[in-house]
Amino acid sequence: MERNKTQVIVVGAGPAGISCAITVARAGKEVILIERGKFAGSKNVFGGAIYAQPTKEVFPNFEQEAPLERQNVEHKYLILGKDDGTTVSYRHKPETPVSYSVVRAKFDRWMADEAKKEGVILVEETVVKELIIENECVIGVKTELEEYFADIVVLADGVNSLLAMQAGLRAKLNPEDVALSVKEVYKLPTEVINERFNLKNDEGSVYEIFGGSMLGMLGLGFMYTNKNSVTLGLGVTLSELVKNSLRPYEMLDELKNHPQIAPLIKDGELLEYNAHLIPEGGYKKMPEICSNGVMICGDAAMFVNNLHWEGTNLAMISGKLAGETAIIALGKGDFSAKTLSLYRKKLEKSFILKDLKTYRNLMQVMSGRAEHFLGYYPKKINSFFEMFTSVDGIPKRKKYRDFIKSLFTDRNFIEIIKDFCAFIRLLWSILVL
Amino acid sequence: MEYFSFMSKLEDKLYTVKYTPDTVSHLYPVQEQCRLCKSKICTVICPAGVYEWDGTKLLVNFENCLECGACRISCEKCSLGWEYPKGTKGVTFKQG
Repeated sequence: MERNKTQVIVVGAGPAGISCAITVARAGKEVILIERGKFAGSKNVFGGAIYAQPTKEVFPNFEQEAPLERQNVEHKYLILGKDDGTTVSYRHKPETPVSYSVVRAKFDRWMADEAKKEGVILVEETVVKELIIENECVIGVKTELEEYFADIVVLADGVNSLLAMQAGLRAKLNPEDVALSVKEVYKLPTEVINERFNLKNDEGSVYEIFGGSMLGMLGLGFMYTNKNSVTLGLGVTLSELVKNSLRPYEMLDELKNHPQIAPLIKDGELLEYNAHLIPEGGYKKMPEICSNGVMICGDAAMFVNNLHWEGTNLAMISGKLAGETAIIALGKGDFSAKTLSLYRKKLEKSFILKDLKTYRNLMQVMSGRAEHFLGYYPKKINSFFEMFTSVDGIPKRKKYRDFIKSLFTDRNFIEIIKDFCAFIRLLWSILVL
Repeated sequence: MEYFSFMSKLEDKLYTVKYTPDTVSHLYPVQEQCRLCKSKICTVICPAGVYEWDGTKLLVNFENCLECGACRISCEKCSLGWEYPKGTKGVTFKQG
């Protein structure tokens, strides 16, 4: 039993797992980080940005040393109709970087290398098949080849977290708890990207896309600029795809052909197509995040703030907090659920659980009203600008009145009341209670 | 305005993905359940078109799997056996 025994085992070398492992190693504790891919990052997919402030908390040197693509200076919100669109755009002040686009195969690998420098033992190409549980306490992991034992096991094994499910820490996921995301990366010369996206040097742009091929569905599109490539993708709640019997890549193809998107990636060579699930369940679908000998971080714990497109930051900080908790537990020599519940307290004090709690009703409300909030209103915004910009001899007052009248006659009046109630309920839960 | 019609075939997309395929599948449908399944939703939502219904059984092109897990969660009969490929196998994303 003492064979292969270490202090901490972390499953999954993504942002959560690596941040946890490096935190533990920096305190001089023994930690083994197990990754199923050929290298850290090889199984990982995301939209495209890591956030400067939280990343610095774990990797203070990352801006100088990590393989970054571009510093995002602009956020654009595209509200697309079938073949028209309205854009809202914000350009940041240049002095404070908020986020950087990165490619996970490079960035996660860099983070893992940093962790190795700090003493983390990284074991790649190894799948943890199950947890070893004795007297209701997790005491190790079983890989394809052997058993490893540890005082604490941290699960950072991603959105599917089969291990958390096996340990009875979380229920089965349902199609409404995840979004299926597909994305494509197009190779384009730096100068072409800079010209098309109105950027200079290493500046980057982030597009958040509503509507288009996802009109009326709980789904969003995204676009990020890298040094020599552009990423376009979308994520749609799995239950919407199931309900409507839709192929995700066909929706992406349709989005790609939208007149507001197509010119941006024209003549780009497809470098890679990939897919991944995004946790959408939020606060209400969180697993038990700690138990005897075990803690759960990142996607495996449903730590994604889908409205703000935050995931990697919640992963990194939750990993760091789990690491800090592990250090204290190791100091005490007590790995019970009671000691490890410090992890939960730390999460509650941090932005992670505060934000998830703030948005706890978001997905439920939105999925109930998706047809309206993500279908009718985007269409209406576009038709407003269509009306506002049209020059056709019709007097303006008549146009305004017709538009306002249409808001009340397009749909059954009851829908307006439902929208209003949903909106107030959402606003109240976000701002007040 | 079909800028990208030439890219719309799934095979062309999957051609860009690096795989190290195993010789055995990591996905195990229970065929008796598949025969009873009405929606056969895995044949639609899978982003890699792994599943095909040939009229009598579910064919699994597991070597194309992107390991997302959508099929497992959306399986109408909750009967799909799903695990990660072996540590040395499966997909390697370069642009994730």
